[in-house]
Amino acid sequence: MSHHDLSAPNPSIVALSRRRLLGLAGATGIGLTLSACGIGGGGTSSSGGDNTGTINALFMKQAGFSEADILAMTKAFQGVNPKIKVNPTFVAYEALHDKTVAAAPAGTYDVVLIDVIWPAEFGSKKIVSDVTSKYPDAWKGEMFGGALQTALYQDKYYGVPWILDTKYFYSNKDLMAKAGVEPASLASWDGVIAAARQMKSKGVVDYPLVWSWSQAEALMCDYTQLLGAFGGKFLSDDGSKAAFNSGGGVAALEFMQMTLKDKLSNPSSTQALEEDVRKVISQGQAAFALNWTYMFGMANDPKESQVVGKLAIGQTPSGPAGRPGVNGSMALAVSAGSKNQKAAWTYIEFLTSQDQQNKYAKDSLPVWKSSYTDPAVIETNPQTVAAASKQLDSMILRPTVPNYNAVSQKMQAEIQKCLLGSKTAQQALDDAAKAADDILAS
Amino acid sequence: MKPRRSYLVFIHIAAVAVAGLILAPFGWLLFASLSSQNDLLARPLSWIPRDPTLERYRAIATTSGADVAGAFRTSLLTSTIVAGSTVVISMCVGVLGAYAFARLRFRLRRMTLALFLSTYMLPPIAIIIPIYLILSTVGLLDSKLGLIIVYCSFVTPFVLWIMSNFFLSLPQELEDAARVDGCSRLGALFRIVLPIARPGLFATMMFAFLLAWDEFLYALVLTSSSNAKTVPVAIAEFTGRFSVDFGLVAAGGVLASVPPVLLALAFQRYIVGGLTSGAVKG
Amino acid sequence: MTGLRRAARKRPTGARMEARLALVLLLPSVVVVFGIVVYPMLRTLLISFFNVDTPFGGRFPFVGLDNYTSILTSPDFWATTRRTLYFTLVSTGLELVLGIGLALLLIAPLRGRWLLRALVVLPWALPTIVNGSLWRSIFDAQYGALNAVLTQLHVTETYHAWLGTPFMALNLVILADVWKNTSLVAFFLLAGLQTIPRDIYEQARVDGAGAVRSFFSITLPLLVPSISIVLVLRTIEAFKVFDIIYIMTRGGPASGTQTIAFYTYLQAFSDQRFGYGSALAYLIVVIILMLSALYLRLLRSNEMSAL
Repeated sequence: MSHHDLSAPNPSIVALSRRRLLGLAGATGIGLTLSACGIGGGGTSSSGGDNTGTINALFMKQAGFSEADILAMTKAFQGVNPKIKVNPTFVAYEALHDKTVAAAPAGTYDVVLIDVIWPAEFGSKKIVSDVTSKYPDAWKGEMFGGALQTALYQDKYYGVPWILDTKYFYSNKDLMAKAGVEPASLASWDGVIAAARQMKSKGVVDYPLVWSWSQAEALMCDYTQLLGAFGGKFLSDDGSKAAFNSGGGVAALEFMQMTLKDKLSNPSSTQALEEDVRKVISQGQAAFALNWTYMFGMANDPKESQVVGKLAIGQTPSGPAGRPGVNGSMALAVSAGSKNQKAAWTYIEFLTSQDQQNKYAKDSLPVWKSSYTDPAVIETNPQTVAAASKQLDSMILRPTVPNYNAVSQKMQAEIQKCLLGSKTAQQALDDAAKAADDILAS
Repeated sequence: MKPRRSYLVFIHIAAVAVAGLILAPFGWLLFASLSSQNDLLARPLSWIPRDPTLERYRAIATTSGADVAGAFRTSLLTSTIVAGSTVVISMCVGVLGAYAFARLRFRLRRMTLALFLSTYMLPPIAIIIPIYLILSTVGLLDSKLGLIIVYCSFVTPFVLWIMSNFFLSLPQELEDAARVDGCSRLGALFRIVLPIARPGLFATMMFAFLLAWDEFLYALVLTSSSNAKTVPVAIAEFTGRFSVDFGLVAAGGVLASVPPVLLALAFQRYIVGGLTSGAVKG
Repeated sequence: MTGLRRAARKRPTGARMEARLALVLLLPSVVVVFGIVVYPMLRTLLISFFNVDTPFGGRFPFVGLDNYTSILTSPDFWATTRRTLYFTLVSTGLELVLGIGLALLLIAPLRGRWLLRALVVLPWALPTIVNGSLWRSIFDAQYGALNAVLTQLHVTETYHAWLGTPFMALNLVILADVWKNTSLVAFFLLAGLQTIPRDIYEQARVDGAGAVRSFFSITLPLLVPSISIVLVLRTIEAFKVFDIIYIMTRGGPASGTQTIAFYTYLQAFSDQRFGYGSALAYLIVVIILMLSALYLRLLRSNEMSAL
């Protein structure tokens, strides 16, 4: 394998692309690109910049903090830092990853919001900056352990946790009372299954459980949760090989398959996303489900729900290996191509500060442990805060490898094959593991 | 010539059936946009909403631009401008080129046309990063102009190809006659060929408009503010990370289909008027 | 036809004049199209020979045709290609047959014909992103309109998971695509029908040809140029189908609806294997070109088609 230098070093890159563009304007420069030899694109130089200037920040719409919250926070930030100008941009969650990747060579954004499954990818490809040296030691004690790992990859921090989320266990108190199920029995998955069988035999509900097992990341979130509870591991200790095809990993999938076979889980689960789970729960057509924080608020909105006040939110049931929650948090990161690294960091520090997070806790729970004893925070959402303070301390991550997406897609497809009955759990996971090993080795 | 009665009965029944097949799913869309969440999720479903609501349309019509529903309003205008400009530019340049492909002989003619078409065979996802880079370098990211430039690049090859085929299907004799009368080639194009190619022009124009109106991926990645977000992007933003309000998506869809239908209505009557007048008789 | 014969008669100077005029007429299109895409296209081609795994520029290992060979030996690629071919052939085939029928209806002497013509634009005008959600909600296993209709008419007893099995899901995505795009096909064929001179039909009638015979001996042959347009048009779009899959099924269940453009998206963007994804993109171009060439050969209407 020979190496070709396909682009000029950093400073001349802009000039190079300009020249290229001029050639293109002539529209006949067919040979030009090849001779100029560029798989070019912007550079990743991170000249720090001083603490002034304009920052472009990429946020998402319609989830976590509202657009109005973020604009208010930004306004407050500019009050304290008049020399920094912030342009916030809001896009759909679906656009976040692709936009961050597409914008990276051009360096459009200084601050980007990243999902918990991206730090390995973005960090290893130098799309976002390593900010480990900027982390105050105190944060490591003051933030939830589960929150801290959100932006962690190979012992380096690639961002600051900002939107904290995990799946909780929701149960319908009404249906439980009808079937005579004690809330305490929901502490373990064994108990949940026993309760589900009882409900089914008493005819309280056709399918007591509903899940988001459609071929999507949602499936991985539920599988991760169960893998944790059953004591499985995604990868070998050195991270080079798949390990989910033995022990708890297989037990988790067998558990999922069993609930479908025994008709305890709604068969539409294999096409459901989180939102479909919410619909079923909010119509009282299932008693138990895992879902993110957002479902609690919507299930108590009479316009959306028939189960207002009937739903309990709690810690996820434990399996043989405990009850870690799946980490579904998001972090704010400084993009590697930003010319204003310092100003971007100052902005992130402000948005993630305990002060700001407490203020908007109604829309998204703080990452700071002590916030959960703050009466003002508790008051915003007493039941969720109570459940969160237990659930957030122990969280399990999906594999932190740079090509997680590829691994995840393979696993989703194979797990679905098992759930749809065309493969056994062991066979499906063996096949997925083989594919994952190839991906990890590449 | 008088059509037979049985034929007339048959086509009218067929027309009603077609209308039904089109309207049934569209009716469901309308129903969803006017029903409350609880009504939509009820089992058995009641086909008359118990709790009908105009809330979604009201939100789209009245809320501020910062709200997702309000942003949709702005996007309707943006999409109209972007799709309209794309149509005008690509039709102007495309019709000229199409005439060359249809009536002029030159080397590598088929090759050239195939090269044009192959630009659209490449999935957009493969070329979006360099396109982003180009727009960023010339400062046209998140602008209507940037989108128009990108859209014209993939709409024009189609105009070239479709229109050249339409030109070819028109009889050459009319043109020849005009040239004998002293018309230049371009004179014949504008005075003779274009008027009788109107049905093809109209279909191509609708196609170009809807291609731009419907485009999603480029707009998703290349725009980021109400400056340039188009209708599909605005509708995508009705959906949160986990939550979806299908009713609002439906309301957006109902509104988004109005401008193209109006466009079709406006042009159709004009086209139909001059159509069967026998201009084509060679 | 006449054009060819005439061109052949032209003296060389005339040919040069024609070529020059063609250049002038084509130049605006060349600028509009290639002004923006030539660099991205060539860059993508170049990248497909390298192992590129970041969006940035830099030094990358040259791998020659490795990306192409590893794609062509991957079972995933062939499964996806088969699926996409099925999607393309079935959806364009249905759209063509239904579109011809619809176009004939739209040109027939109907009362309120303008209304039907406006109505036919409706599915085409609905953005794909909404069309996908619409059909997803119609086929929903829990709250779908189809389930509600079928159970209320007592056709089925219980709700059915329409999108629950891979092959069924693929066919239902095709249905959603056909519902939207038949309108487009009908519109183009209507335009083609409108240029067929009326008196040909009258002549045929005088000669004693029935409706069916005049359809097969007059309408269809004269419609071939329009048919080849829509066929190639729809094939390009159908083979690259992405949006509707993304919204209706996300490629599931069990990858049963994962098409090649969706697969390319996952490889090139989600996984950032840009070299591999670029090679995939060019293979898509090759397959579409082959399909188009095949159609045009089958429909070969000699000089009547520009390509």
